[in-house]
Amino acid sequence: MKFVTCPSLGRRALSEFTYGGRLEKEPDQESVSEKAWTDYVFYRNGAPQTLKEWWYHRPTGIWFLFERNTLTDRITQVEFANRGIENEA
Amino acid sequence: MKLRLAPQPLEWIDRKSSVSFTFEGQTVSGFKGDVISSALWAQGRKVVGRSFKYHRRRGLLSFANHDINALLQAEDRPNVRADVVQAEDGMSLTAVNTFGSLASDKGALVEWIGKFLPVGFYYRAFYSPKFLFPKWERLIREMAGLGKVNTDWSEERKPKRYLHCDVVVIGAGPSGMAAAIAAAKQGVDVCLIDENPYIGGSLDYQYVNEDSQQLNRKYLKETVESMPNIQVITSSYVAGYYGDHWLGINTPDGLIKLSAQAVVVASGVFEQPAVFRNNDLPGVMNASAAQRLMARYAVAPCKEAVILTANPEGYRAALDLHKNGLVVKAILDTGKTAGESVVQAKSAGIPVFENAVLVEATGRKQLQGVTFEVGRLQHHLSCDGLLMSVGWAPAGAPLYQAGAKFGYNYTLEQLLPVELPEGVFACGRINGVFEIEDRIKDGEQAGTAAAQTVLGKEALAPVDYTAKSAHSDPYPIWPHPKGKEFVDFDEDIQIKDLKGAIAQGFDNIELMKRFSTIGMGPSQGKHSNMNGIRILAKLTGKTIDQTGSTTARPMFHPTPVSHLAGMRFRPERLTPLHSFHQQRNACFMEAGSWLRPEYYPTAETREASIAEEVSAVRNSVGLIDVSTLGKLEVFGRDAGELMDRLYTMRMSNMNVGASRYALMVDETGVVIDDGVAVRYSEEHFYVTTTTSTSDSAYRLIQKKVIEWGLKVTVLNRTGQIGAMNLAGPNSRKILAQLTDLDLSNDAFPYLAMRRAQVCGVEATLIRVGFVGELGYEIHTDSQSALKIWASIMEVGSEYGIKPFGVEAQRLLRLEKGHIIVGQDTDGLTNPFEANMPWSVHLKKPYFLGKPSLMKLKTLQNRTLVGFELLSKAHKDMPLESNLLIENGAMIGRVTSIGRSATLNKVIGLAMVETAFSEENQVLKIKLTDGRFVDAKVIKTPFYDPQGLLQKPDESNEGEAA
Repeated sequence: MKFVTCPSLGRRALSEFTYGGRLEKEPDQESVSEKAWTDYVFYRNGAPQTLKEWWYHRPTGIWFLFERNTLTDRITQVEFANRGIENEA
Repeated sequence: MKLRLAPQPLEWIDRKSSVSFTFEGQTVSGFKGDVISSALWAQGRKVVGRSFKYHRRRGLLSFANHDINALLQAEDRPNVRADVVQAEDGMSLTAVNTFGSLASDKGALVEWIGKFLPVGFYYRAFYSPKFLFPKWERLIREMAGLGKVNTDWSEERKPKRYLHCDVVVIGAGPSGMAAAIAAAKQGVDVCLIDENPYIGGSLDYQYVNEDSQQLNRKYLKETVESMPNIQVITSSYVAGYYGDHWLGINTPDGLIKLSAQAVVVASGVFEQPAVFRNNDLPGVMNASAAQRLMARYAVAPCKEAVILTANPEGYRAALDLHKNGLVVKAILDTGKTAGESVVQAKSAGIPVFENAVLVEATGRKQLQGVTFEVGRLQHHLSCDGLLMSVGWAPAGAPLYQAGAKFGYNYTLEQLLPVELPEGVFACGRINGVFEIEDRIKDGEQAGTAAAQTVLGKEALAPVDYTAKSAHSDPYPIWPHPKGKEFVDFDEDIQIKDLKGAIAQGFDNIELMKRFSTIGMGPSQGKHSNMNGIRILAKLTGKTIDQTGSTTARPMFHPTPVSHLAGMRFRPERLTPLHSFHQQRNACFMEAGSWLRPEYYPTAETREASIAEEVSAVRNSVGLIDVSTLGKLEVFGRDAGELMDRLYTMRMSNMNVGASRYALMVDETGVVIDDGVAVRYSEEHFYVTTTTSTSDSAYRLIQKKVIEWGLKVTVLNRTGQIGAMNLAGPNSRKILAQLTDLDLSNDAFPYLAMRRAQVCGVEATLIRVGFVGELGYEIHTDSQSALKIWASIMEVGSEYGIKPFGVEAQRLLRLEKGHIIVGQDTDGLTNPFEANMPWSVHLKKPYFLGKPSLMKLKTLQNRTLVGFELLSKAHKDMPLESNLLIENGAMIGRVTSIGRSATLNKVIGLAMVETAFSEENQVLKIKLTDGRFVDAKVIKTPFYDPQGLLQKPDESNEGEAA
């Protein structure tokens, strides 16, 4: 079991969190091409990399963003997900 | 021939109490504390099992929990490990995997045809011709496998416990005990885990006769026991290492999940057997096995021994035998070992042959002698024991799983950890430290370093205590022209099998393992992996490091399912109306995390009870608890915008006081949720989700609010609000007596929502039609729900009101053709396939999954249809998920089915290829027993197609149906 250092609660078990996918900006629905939309929905670049990911803390009902290296599985940053975050992706 | 020795200084047996059990039908007695193997061996029973493939007689090998040939069948459990399971009074044991009996096993014939069963035989021989495979399969199933599972078992669930400590030390041998003490002295909390019932490790069997170690033993054991911040867990092993120092520990009483800040691995080494002809004869065993047998159970391994060794440990074993008055005929040293124990052995008069080359062990049913060469000269010695002390392999599972890297050390001829992950330490023999005093010092420094990591202090650079000479033979393998040199005792793998695998191109360690099955038996390579690597390296001309090792995955050791399943730890949610359901003896079912009444047993049978509930709703009135629905409240400036974006229909144009069906799809266009949305005010909605999706829907909506940057708040009120559905032609009459609200069709039409006092309590009323009758969903705070429910039941008694459960509701909604998300839809169903194109408003500017739905609309090739069964016979009733077959191919499946008393026929929904979805199409449903029944596609709703009963005129109400 991994542990996550939450900015307000400290060390919490990862089992309290639910994965919510990588942080990705949804393409504009009106102008998106079929291929770009299909890639957005189905294609995940699996190469080792540092990703920003959505993680939901179930006991408090709060969404977080983790910065995680998919090769080492090390979580390097944990922050609250704030409104309008999609624009940062 | 009795092999019990005089009392030993540290023996684990209690000579005052005896135990008696039966083995292969014969009575065996031993002492309390004996394991099964030691009790058998003490009586001179050296054949304890048969080998897996050739059914050869086998004795003891490791005496360290991987004696796979000593697996026994007990009455209640298979594969009892005789080398570690204590003998108990009344046990009735037989050897596994024998045809006939252990003494006379017809399976041994396999050995005679063994030359026709080359390595990989199964993979190749059974591939073709295909028609022969079923015959082979039956034969293999008969031949393969070990113990027999008693399928008549009683349920056994062990608790799972959680434990937290600062430093965990795996292995309570000398270095492990020293590490635990050193860490505890730094003031941190320590857990010390050992698989044996007592701490002490090799100090108590390798050094049992060395006076110099008495002080160390006393100090280490007493200090461990006396320090309050050391928790000792014995008879338990670390089954797996997981991220962030999280260990699964298998104890006799269930699993412990232990979370530590630092891990010290002092798990030691596995002694590796030598590979030579007939190395599996009963009487040939590892020297450490013999030492455990003597020190723990006071049982002699043999009367006359020959020692095959490559290290001082072998000499020490010889001295242990000598001290117990047993004859050591010779020590065969594969090289030229030096050291104190060598001097002692020689001065005790034990003949030593240096640079000895083993030829073979001889004997028919058990070991009778050994043939070896020195120089060019061949010698033969008769003996009944051959003890092998030719090398060690790391018990490295926790280290490998933690991500440590191992490298081959040519001084020691052993794999050592060369790179450890943060917070993980190794000490003792797994670290290449062999001198006993050094092992203790190595443990101390590892324990101190681990504690300092926890305390955030800088640790000192470790002192290197690695041994300066080899303790393993670089190649303890002596091929023989006639073969039968076993590398893997689990799977009967010989040198020629590995050669064959390599010759066929399986020359990578992982491939060789899978093709030859070396290391794939119950001991998982604990005694065979290292020799397999040595053979592969030699035959491919690579180094050990280049050859690599197989992956060490959890579980380290077979872990019972009762442990893994553990005790149920799943919260059950109860609705605010639960006490009523209990009073009515409701039969409960699980729905998501909730308990819901499946039906109320009012009639003789389940079916009859459900039928009565259905009939009450259709003919008069019924009441169902729907508190388990997810219930979300949406507030704020962008509430309408959010609703539009979440659901497939337009929501922002709903009038205040209206309700609307709310269907949600994900980004791929798959239906994930449905419910009813109502609008309380311009900026305030209330929406339900299905019972099982309430958490995931709320989570998704919260995420979308963040992503879209909307000014809106979403509250999950699922547990705060109780809800019920009052349905049936008489429902309005009942409700009218409990509220002042004008219930006329004009004032409160179908699909409208009103907020009003019911029984003096604030409630939300929604006119819904899920079950196809006049009906009102009543939502109120959970404390008041029971009050309203009870009042309705009281007022309704005049109309014969009945509470109804999930099963009745399923049938009622099926009669209306309404889908249940997750039952009539699956993980790929889109709204068009679910036959609900009306629910998708593609003209809306934006909603979740819209681009996918636009595409899917043009690609539809299956459709949810209603059907009626053309047979009414009870035996022809299909089940949900039965397949629809056309010309031998599957064209769909039944998603819902029920016997409708109202319509007097069996109706259902099926997802079928669109080509077969036309009305009156006859479908063939394949029943579970293989027969086919015909069904005809018909239009839905099956019942009241115009929906008149959901919105009756006031004048008609109560007279309907």
